[in-house]
Amino acid sequence: MERIPILQMGDFLLVTIQVDMHDQLALTLQEDLSERISRTSARGVLIDISALDMVDSFIGRMIGTISGLSRIMDAQTVLVGMQPAVAITLVELGMTLPGVSTALNVERGMKLLQDWVSNQ
Amino acid sequence: MAALQTSTLEALKKDQAQLLANWYSSLEASGATRNLKEQEVKQQTSDFLQLIIAGLDAGNGSNVAASGWDEIRQFLEKLSRSRALLGQNSQQTANFIFAFKGPLFAALQNHYQDNPSLLAEQLLELSELLDSLGMHTIRTFQESREAVIKRQQEELLELSTPVVKLWDGVLALPMIGTLDSQRTQVVMESLLQRIVDTGSEIAIIDITGVPTVDTLVAQHLLKTVTAIRLMGADCIISGVRPQIAQTIVHLGLDLQGVVTKANLADALKLALSRLGLSLTKAG
Repeated sequence: MERIPILQMGDFLLVTIQVDMHDQLALTLQEDLSERISRTSARGVLIDISALDMVDSFIGRMIGTISGLSRIMDAQTVLVGMQPAVAITLVELGMTLPGVSTALNVERGMKLLQDWVSNQ
Repeated sequence: MAALQTSTLEALKKDQAQLLANWYSSLEASGATRNLKEQEVKQQTSDFLQLIIAGLDAGNGSNVAASGWDEIRQFLEKLSRSRALLGQNSQQTANFIFAFKGPLFAALQNHYQDNPSLLAEQLLELSELLDSLGMHTIRTFQESREAVIKRQQEELLELSTPVVKLWDGVLALPMIGTLDSQRTQVVMESLLQRIVDTGSEIAIIDITGVPTVDTLVAQHLLKTVTAIRLMGADCIISGVRPQIAQTIVHLGLDLQGVVTKANLADALKLALSRLGLSLTKAG
């Protein structure tokens, strides 16, 4: 079955979405990620969606859910590399993703996570 | 419908010089030659007459959409386009053709003095031809004017959304004019694209040039701010004038979560301090 790889970098988990997200894939990712956070007790999750050029409300909600569940498991989520078209679509859909941290690219997202962890 | 008689054509050919002279004076009398060079108008009238005679000679009917009239249609299209660019109105442009009727009918009347029924027939035929040519001119005139307006609209839209780089990592967007959905869309797209291209962390939207802020404009602004935040950058709104601040409060608009500053200088100062930069006086 198709899966989105979850890479571990020290205290953080890195998810790079490079294929078109369909609903089943999103659900699988959600399960895999929560399982990995609990197994590795990761402190942060970085989701790179720079290759994603289409979203729907389901994917938008999935991103919010992942962020919420990681926060409960004490891992901060940062969403990086959102394309302009995707941002506009989400805003038009009314999904402003409150509580989700964002960054322009992976490098800045990593820095945000490191700052957050060192402030703990 | 009765066809055009060969003898009508002969009459036209014979009286060409007289026709042209009368036509020009009739144009002049109606004011259609204003702002135009006399030489140019005379050339155009004689070209038109030549073309119409050639067209009638070739036996084309009064249906100007037929391929036989291609040449004259192209001539008229060129003519009305140039008139539109010179700022003449549609009446002046159409008058070019309609002013030809007077001299033409006079010539025919002269020619068919002794045959009134044939005269009426020929007049109707030529009149229909000239009318449809005139309509064609107006249509082309309108099309070229619309093209000019459309181009200007597009240019205005492009011009009104310049994204400027104030510092490394700081973009500014000075908004001028009313914000509607279409403009917000263009503004949002160009700003977001520039944020991606330059990797800027902070965008300042300056609304000094926005005349009024109502609920719709505020909603557009909030959308833009949210989209910028989703991309991972920060947004500051600057240039909130006292009247606008009052309107926003009176309308009960919620701009919470949006950083606002009174002017662009303050916004830049805040942006620099967020980037960890500070300015000191040299020396």
